[in-house]
Amino acid sequence: MLENAIKGTKNYWLLLMVLAGIAGVGFLVYLNQFSYGLGITGLSRDVTWGFYIAQFTFLVGVAAGGVMLVLPYYLHDYKAFGRITILGEFLAVGAIIMCLLFIVADMGQPIRAMNVIMNATPYSMLFWDFIVLNTYLVLNIVIGWKLLEAERNYVKPPAWVKLLIYFSIPCAFGIHTVTAYLYCGLPGRHFWLTAVLAPRFLASAFAAGPSFLIILCFIVRKFTKFDPGTKAMQTLMKIITYALIANVFFFACELFTAFYSGIPSHIDHIKYLFVGHEGHGVLVPWMWASMILMGLSICLLVVPSIRNDERMMPVLCVMVFIGTWIDKGMGMMAGGFVPNPMHHYNEYVPTLKEIAITLGVWATGFIVLTILYKIAVSIKEEVRA
Amino acid sequence: MEENRRKFLKVAGASAVGLSVAPVMKAHAIGEYFMPASQTGKHENALIGKHWAMVIDISKLTEDINEKITEACHSAHNVPELENKKHEIKWIWEEHFEHAFTDQRNSYIPDSAKHSPVLVLCNHCVNPPCVKACPTKATFKRDDGIVLMDFHRCIGCRFCMAACPYGSRSFNLEDPRNGLEDRKPKNPQFPTRMKGVVEKCNFCAERLAVGQMPLCAEVSEGAIVFGDLEDPESEVRSILAKSFTIRRKPALGTEPSVYYIVGGGDHA
Amino acid sequence: MTNDKPKIIAGLVIFVILVTCPMWINMGKNKPAPKLEMAAEAQAKGYCVLPKADMKEKHMQILDGWRNSVVRSGQRVYVNDQGKRFDMSLSNTCLECHTNKAEFCDKCHVYASVNPYCWDCHVNPKEK
Repeated sequence: MLENAIKGTKNYWLLLMVLAGIAGVGFLVYLNQFSYGLGITGLSRDVTWGFYIAQFTFLVGVAAGGVMLVLPYYLHDYKAFGRITILGEFLAVGAIIMCLLFIVADMGQPIRAMNVIMNATPYSMLFWDFIVLNTYLVLNIVIGWKLLEAERNYVKPPAWVKLLIYFSIPCAFGIHTVTAYLYCGLPGRHFWLTAVLAPRFLASAFAAGPSFLIILCFIVRKFTKFDPGTKAMQTLMKIITYALIANVFFFACELFTAFYSGIPSHIDHIKYLFVGHEGHGVLVPWMWASMILMGLSICLLVVPSIRNDERMMPVLCVMVFIGTWIDKGMGMMAGGFVPNPMHHYNEYVPTLKEIAITLGVWATGFIVLTILYKIAVSIKEEVRA
Repeated sequence: MEENRRKFLKVAGASAVGLSVAPVMKAHAIGEYFMPASQTGKHENALIGKHWAMVIDISKLTEDINEKITEACHSAHNVPELENKKHEIKWIWEEHFEHAFTDQRNSYIPDSAKHSPVLVLCNHCVNPPCVKACPTKATFKRDDGIVLMDFHRCIGCRFCMAACPYGSRSFNLEDPRNGLEDRKPKNPQFPTRMKGVVEKCNFCAERLAVGQMPLCAEVSEGAIVFGDLEDPESEVRSILAKSFTIRRKPALGTEPSVYYIVGGGDHA
Repeated sequence: MTNDKPKIIAGLVIFVILVTCPMWINMGKNKPAPKLEMAAEAQAKGYCVLPKADMKEKHMQILDGWRNSVVRSGQRVYVNDQGKRFDMSLSNTCLECHTNKAEFCDKCHVYASVNPYCWDCHVNPKEK
């Protein structure tokens, strides 16, 4: 199986080299952060989480999104997904690895990371997040590997793998629920203090994850002999449609609760994001872009002839991906921290170094993803040949 | 042959991981080492309380007194003055009334209250959200109510800062010695901090341990009174019984241990 | 699968060389262990919190125990077997007598290539 990772075309190696180059640059900049401290980022006393944790939150969603293939196939016997569930599982692996790297990148004392295990603290949500993320990572590696092995050997996967798959379904919901609990259990951060945060996270995850997956499917189809199947992609588009509508609906619920109740501490954060406050409003264009992307996507997605059109699919998926990325990444962080508990408006903008490290982590995740997809697709080609 | 080789690789890989983890575990067992209780004690004059609390009389605070208090605290605890405002570290500092008490939105309050510069610091909450959030128990609540930081253990995740509804915590975004004159602490008796850990007011735990009142109370010219809330004879209790006091964001249920007298009163 | 043998052996040899290279590089460079210099203040005092041999062997565990007891249990006084009481403080007790941190602490730490992060925060009050 692994040998497929080292037998590739020139393009495959070129892609890996480019990604390794970006990852290398990111790592060099990280060394600078490691020695100087997180002061090389745009973070401050008031906005203490930024670009890294934004990516982390978003990517937990992408990882959880893979379950939108697994669940219909294993619980509802939806055959069209059968040949690509492996892509969902491997996407989860890549995404979780990025999540863990972003957490490490965000830590002030990364060499003490294992303190989270050594001094396990069950009342801290971060401890549980650590547990569920790692569980989900291991589950997806084992499941993906065993399924692929079985496919290559033309046998049925062992029965225990199926048990793991059933277990991985609640885990997928779990990783994103616990990630939402990191935020929504904090008194005094009214932008996050809402019971609808976990559902909203899940909705945006089930839009962003499958969008990313479809984009990957198109890449796979273009560069390999493996066809993920039009029907599967069309069904995924339908899932994206519903999930995106749910995401925007949950946000509308937030708006109603905040503005109808008229409670200033709830309103202030939303106002800051969308109209700014006395000259502070770096995120205003981004937030509107996100809303327009998501709104426009919904308008197009609800029309079956558009969402089923293979020329439109990648365009729509990119729109959904970017829209949810802004909404859940930057919007979620800055919205929560600005204004600060004393009602001062101190804004946050990531620095170039911070962005370089971020790109480095993404590139590392893509290396993992590229290799895993290469292995999976090679075996699929082999079996079908 | 193929099968055997794979099994060998799997076992070899697993044992490599095991070998590299083992010393870490051992080191940690030492890390949890406490001195046996029979070999430890407190100083004879240590101040011991059941629930340390503070009452701040806003009417007695002036910008000068506030500056004096902040300066005294920050010098004693080697709080750095960093060039980059974003990297600022603060233990006790001045906020205007409407920023200290964001829930108090009365438009027509006495000018004395409205423009009064308030001192804010860690509230040493009875139900501290920061302690709940911390994944390593690096921040914890002592039996006497003080919420402390164990800088040796902090991983710098800043979850406590997100959890704190009062903005009382600061993070060392760079080596704090960058903000000390000649990189030397002003108070050599007290440690500095390192980059990558969170810090905040410690209610002068190091002074209580040797029989001294918190420095802010000592230099406040009577504006700040410190004492044991569970001692009915304490000064803080007698002030609380006589003067009407408020706390920051009481609706959150955190139960701050820092009380404020607004508009003065004839206590003490 | 048949003629991989030379490749595997070559790989193993390279691996073994790489893994053991720190030993080869440092071979013959054995420096004698540094002699500890007691500061005058420490000599004058005549005793430490524990006998010399214990301090040599266990000072790291003791400092570790001290910091945990001070920070986490609020116990700040150490009572040794002779009933002597000490403030459990690296800067204010240890370095009070061992004023020569560079000779007394650092020399050995450098030799053993250990990097205790104590000094990131704790200071030598005698240092000018």
